[in-house]
Amino acid sequence: MLGLVGTIPIENIPLISGTIVLDGDHIVLENERISVNRGTPAMIAAAAETLAYMGKPSPVAYLVGDIGDGDGSRHLYNYLSENIGEYALKTLALHYFQPDVHLFKKLFSTIYELDERPTLVGDAGFMYVAKMGGDAALFDLLTPDAGELAYLADEKAPHPFYTRGFILHEDNQVPDLIARAYRHKNASTYLLVKGATDYIADENGVIATVDQPQEEALEAIGGTGDTLTGIVSALIESGMDMESAAINAARVNRLAGAMAKPTPATQVYEVIRQIPRALDQVLNA
Amino acid sequence: MLKGLFKKKDKPESGGSDRGLLVFENTTAVIRAETVLKEQGWPIRVMGPPPEIRTGCDLVIEFPLIDELAVIRKLAEANIEPLQVVPVTSVLLEPVDLLQVKEMGQYLMVRAANMKITVDRDTGIIVNISGGGCPDVPYLAEQMVNKTLEGAPHPRDVGYTLCAYALQIAYERMVELCSA
Repeated sequence: MLGLVGTIPIENIPLISGTIVLDGDHIVLENERISVNRGTPAMIAAAAETLAYMGKPSPVAYLVGDIGDGDGSRHLYNYLSENIGEYALKTLALHYFQPDVHLFKKLFSTIYELDERPTLVGDAGFMYVAKMGGDAALFDLLTPDAGELAYLADEKAPHPFYTRGFILHEDNQVPDLIARAYRHKNASTYLLVKGATDYIADENGVIATVDQPQEEALEAIGGTGDTLTGIVSALIESGMDMESAAINAARVNRLAGAMAKPTPATQVYEVIRQIPRALDQVLNA
Repeated sequence: MLKGLFKKKDKPESGGSDRGLLVFENTTAVIRAETVLKEQGWPIRVMGPPPEIRTGCDLVIEFPLIDELAVIRKLAEANIEPLQVVPVTSVLLEPVDLLQVKEMGQYLMVRAANMKITVDRDTGIIVNISGGGCPDVPYLAEQMVNKTLEGAPHPRDVGYTLCAYALQIAYERMVELCSA
């Protein structure tokens, strides 16, 4: 089963968990109907669409309202540290969250004590806090964009906000930053770097690149990185090996984006609704 | 008397061990304190905390240590109370200052660190906000997208985290570019 963890930008949503139901441009969990626009709901919708196409059960999710003060995140960190074993999770994707090094370490200590540890995918706040605490290598896959890769590569930066200019500079090539991130042990077993060209890499270097189709507008659209994380998590859950899942996810996400005929003003649900058609084209090519 | 002591021109120059750090409970308090102290003309800087006091998504304010009493009093007047005041004993991290600007037809995108903001230059409307990983990013996007640059709330006023601070930097650059 695929588990998804993240926050919802609505202050009064309590901690909710269970199986996700997709309803058009909303996800439904317990009594909450949540709009799919960006962030964790976009990741969840993309994962649910992918699992449905693959004939797999819908994902389970743990969500909590948090608008940035971290109260909801802390509540969920503590809940997960006690209850993460309640579902037999084969894959676990961890997403938007308030970074808190102490609570993250407590949660991962629990996860690593499970009889069968799920494959761990990290993005957004969970990727930040993992690197912040020197724990990026605990993940099987992280999905940074170019700016976040520079953060992983900067061994001194505790947050992307502090990435040093000489590392962040555009002249730096992605493969060099990947190598630097691995050299300082600030990378996961695999990396899926999203951007104008998507890179799939491990500690030995770049394994594959995906650069077609090209849609410049996608970079501006909030949520297109989140959909990639959702798709790759669902493909891993479906039984694909990590490299194949990452390569196919990059192709599907780009193709779904192109099928949406995007402008920089397009909203991410227009991309998500194209995912089944893109999966069909990529996986049956 | 004290007021006269702290006229802008009389303030000590920054640098070295004469600097102190104000540590707060969260980034919101840092942003509020920064606003209050800058309005008073203090030569302060928002910085990354040294490792020994870093807990997560943190910022601290570096200030002239000699002004500690007046700074604390001014913050108290604004109901802001730092958790700690400590001297600077190690090199502090500088916030990102490298911004990237990309033109896409009628649209303009500015990226600061991990945050991106995109505006329709014809209308001045914010059409997308992307990037980031902290929980206030989707919240900020909901509050700002489909509003004009002038009409949207500022990230520093409604955000809490370093991601919001990075978005504020991108937003300010976008305002400069669109009003040029």
